[in-house]
Amino acid sequence: MNKLIVSPSPHVHGKQSTNSIMMDVVIALLPATLVSVYAHGLNALMLALVGVVSCVLIEWLIQKFIFKNTVGWCGSAAAVTGLLLALNLPPTAPWWLVVVGSIVAIGIAKMTFGGLGQNIFNPAIVGRVFLLISFPVLMTSWDASGSWFAVDAFSGATPLGAVKEGLANGLTLSQITADNMSFSEQFFFSTGGSAGELSSLALLVGFIYLLCRKVVKVTIPLTIIATVFVMCGIFHLVNPELYTNPVFNVFQGGLLLGAFFMATDYVTSPMSTKGQIIFGVGIGVITVLIRYFGAYPEGVSFAILIMNCVVPLINKYCKPRRFGEAK
Amino acid sequence: MKRTFRIGGVHPNDNKISKNAAIEVFPAVETAYISMAQHLGAPANPVVAVGDKVKVGQVIGEPNGFISGYVHSSVSGTVKAVEPRADIAGNPVMNVVIAVEGDEWCEEIDRSTDIVRECSLTCEEILARIKNCGVVGMGGASFPTHVKLNPPKDKKAVALILNGTECEPYITSDDRIMRERPVEILIGAEIMKKVLGVDKCYVGIEENKPEAIASMSAAAEKFDGIEVVVLKKKYPQGGEKQLIDAIMHRQVPSGALPIDVGAVVQNVATSLAVYEAVQKNKPVIDNSVTVSGHCMASQHNYLVRVGTPISKILEVAGGLPENAAKVVSGGPMMGKAVVNLEAATVKANGSFLIMTAEETVRKRESNCIRCGKCADACPMGLEPYLLNKLARVGGLYDELEKERIFDCIECGCCLYTCPSNIPLLDLIRINKAEVMKIMRSRPKK
Amino acid sequence: MTGTILFTIACLVVLGLLFSVVLYFVAQKFKVEEDPRIEIVESIMPGANCGGCGHAGCHAFAEAVVKAPSVEGFFCPVGGNATMAKVAAALGQEAVEKEPMVAVVRCNGSFGNRAKTNQYDGYASCKVMSALYTGDTACKYGCLGLGDCVSACKFGAIKVNPEKGIAEVDENKCTSCGACVKACPKGVIEIRPKGKNGRRVCVSCVNKDKGAVTRKACSVGCIGCGKCAKACPFEAITVENNVAYIDFTKCKSCRKCVAECPTGAINAVNFPTPLPPKPAPAATPAPAPQNETENK
Repeated sequence: MNKLIVSPSPHVHGKQSTNSIMMDVVIALLPATLVSVYAHGLNALMLALVGVVSCVLIEWLIQKFIFKNTVGWCGSAAAVTGLLLALNLPPTAPWWLVVVGSIVAIGIAKMTFGGLGQNIFNPAIVGRVFLLISFPVLMTSWDASGSWFAVDAFSGATPLGAVKEGLANGLTLSQITADNMSFSEQFFFSTGGSAGELSSLALLVGFIYLLCRKVVKVTIPLTIIATVFVMCGIFHLVNPELYTNPVFNVFQGGLLLGAFFMATDYVTSPMSTKGQIIFGVGIGVITVLIRYFGAYPEGVSFAILIMNCVVPLINKYCKPRRFGEAK
Repeated sequence: MKRTFRIGGVHPNDNKISKNAAIEVFPAVETAYISMAQHLGAPANPVVAVGDKVKVGQVIGEPNGFISGYVHSSVSGTVKAVEPRADIAGNPVMNVVIAVEGDEWCEEIDRSTDIVRECSLTCEEILARIKNCGVVGMGGASFPTHVKLNPPKDKKAVALILNGTECEPYITSDDRIMRERPVEILIGAEIMKKVLGVDKCYVGIEENKPEAIASMSAAAEKFDGIEVVVLKKKYPQGGEKQLIDAIMHRQVPSGALPIDVGAVVQNVATSLAVYEAVQKNKPVIDNSVTVSGHCMASQHNYLVRVGTPISKILEVAGGLPENAAKVVSGGPMMGKAVVNLEAATVKANGSFLIMTAEETVRKRESNCIRCGKCADACPMGLEPYLLNKLARVGGLYDELEKERIFDCIECGCCLYTCPSNIPLLDLIRINKAEVMKIMRSRPKK
Repeated sequence: MTGTILFTIACLVVLGLLFSVVLYFVAQKFKVEEDPRIEIVESIMPGANCGGCGHAGCHAFAEAVVKAPSVEGFFCPVGGNATMAKVAAALGQEAVEKEPMVAVVRCNGSFGNRAKTNQYDGYASCKVMSALYTGDTACKYGCLGLGDCVSACKFGAIKVNPEKGIAEVDENKCTSCGACVKACPKGVIEIRPKGKNGRRVCVSCVNKDKGAVTRKACSVGCIGCGKCAKACPFEAITVENNVAYIDFTKCKSCRKCVAECPTGAINAVNFPTPLPPKPAPAATPAPAPQNETENK
């Protein structure tokens, strides 16, 4: 017989591993990716592949040549960042845009902090925001000529962008009519927005998969969506000519993508349920404020980044309910 | 809706593969090694010398202090040695080694299988019997039962809780005794109810043991104030505080004892031992032990005499298979890995698991991804990732105390659930001991 | 345009002045009066803040020395005699010379000498391991080789030799601060005098088991036979709990015990010549640490 193994308890381990969790996230993002490929053709597929490959490659290179340690390296986590980044770009963006985004996302937002689990900001969002500020035209407009299908709606800007522009020119919402979309159009399939914003249904399917696999909890997305809905509802009731309706706000501009897949990133979100509620409400409020009053038509990315900053503080002050403490 | 505790918990595969193996009486051994440290507290003082003849049930060790207990011979024969021997972890413990000759029992012990329900003894007499028969908590903690059944006068118990949850995977010894000897367990509960002066007794059983629930429920119909409570399957339901929370919906505050919320928790096996001690005058000389593992050719539940070497048990159970890599005394979540197979069983041993390397070897640790799964799983509402981080810095005992490391029950949920395979509990455990030591050394207010 | 620039400059200047005044008063308010000698002594200290002297750090040490009537009883193991002489001079006192010390790992149970009997699979810490059980060899007293001492050492002077699985001290780097002694759960490490020219004799074993048990567990364990105690002309060796101990205050480094030891548990370090009387295999000296440092 071999030598006995001796270890402290417990002697068994659960099935989840970092790698399996990250692969689950990749799987959950596949429906949204497929929708974008369906709508925009091979360019969308190319973007997703370039995003994944460049993120994984950059992280591996940094691990290998700067950290000089690839032992505990988790490539699937980088793949998630790459895929998210690709889904955050216009489906018609050029390939080098993703590569630049990957370098910023992995090289600056993730690895400078020490790699997996150490970063303060969500890498994919840092990449996206960098691109958004550096290449605003490329990031907010596209031509639909590469599509496999004839696409007639919004070839210039996202619905949120159209609204913002219209309001800036002194129009009222009823004159702009960009938010006047049917519910089914918003929920199942629309052509405006970046690759990951096309179909709310696809995002929801992916998110439900994550819930079933017990990878994420529903707290953060639910509070974000509820906050946005309630806040927009109040504003919309006060002045429907100036403020877009809440349903439009929930389904547009990557709110669902951000709420389901980016705000729920483990590393950059709070641990306790109480903290997650604060985090979600914060993102919701900041998103609405930016959309209604800010310079940018879209605010989810900024909202998540801003709330990322306060996560350490939230973690410090929001403790889970200890056993034996009165409710 | 079935009840369960409110904070944390995990759902390991229960692997109750030995549940249909009826309890077999383990064959007699040639030599018994009886440890003097079979209870929490000070080890007993051996009161026999080399060459003495002893009978089954004879006292061979006397208590050494308030929290201590009697130890009895589980065999008849001649004392061969009184010497320190390595326990399962290799640490030396005083043992009485007895060469077995025949099977001669002390006359006072009632060896018939008749069930005696009437108990005319007073509470003091009952407690004395429990003490003299060396009954300890059989769930694993081995706290002397007579101490637990005799709470301070200013604290009043409201209910007795029998712990039949057996929430650890693999183990089925409690399941088997609940199926095979329900009436005796409940008579033990009735006796303990009398001692504690409570009217209510709950028997908590997890839903994955339908046969035990059926047999205990049927038996409970003939008793007043005993209720079988079916609980959801969730680990660590068998933890004292978790079980009280699940059944009575009360949470024992930090630093307090179960009696502070009016509860006394006893294992079903302890209840059986109380029955045997009080009604049959039989000391704790044997207990039921599960020997199980996917790699074993057959699964067993044995009635094993105290002092039987583990190697002997494994041999009778079919021998250690070629691919066995670890032997665990207790369950896979909280049990101890056995280093020394020559060590002998003690009263509180409930099971021996045989695991292969694939089932048990730890995976390589990777970076913490701050998923918070450990905090979600912690049944005490602690933050294991934070405790681990502080512990790795070293010396931050004040911070660890502030984060209530002393509340940790070492259930292992955090390490079980961690996707990065971080050995959270390993460090928390030793730092908890250090913090408790500092706390105890402080003058009491 | 010029107006804006001027306004901005003026604003910043006013703000700067305002803050400097505030800062000045705050600094005055929170100023801590301290014996100036404390700062002087602290500047002499090595600044390792290792706590080897028994104080919380170099500043605490300086404070204590300045407050104490004499430097006697104070010693900085890192700076050694040189530092203490300077400290004494700064305070206008005579320094007391102290023998240089070094940490000694009293275990030679390398993989070859002490076979593994089981496989440890937990967090790599001696503390965790020893809290769990006696260790992965049949010897329950020796070095566990997981390196709690390595992480405790602030000077990189102790390493676990991967080929032997036991801790080894680099005596050129060791400051005898004693951090490793505190970190070792097995109590294997001892602070001993370096000896003349670094030459010293030490029993490399702390196994308290009976001889037969020790012999089974490790080929170089002390079996407590007492031959060394009989051989010692200076009565420096005592055998207690089945293990010999050389009292360094009495030992004259004659190496008679080394030749006598049947298992080779007694190590002579840094002697240039091999032992004259018995060419026993036991007399192999411990690896010379100097060579190791040169290689780095």
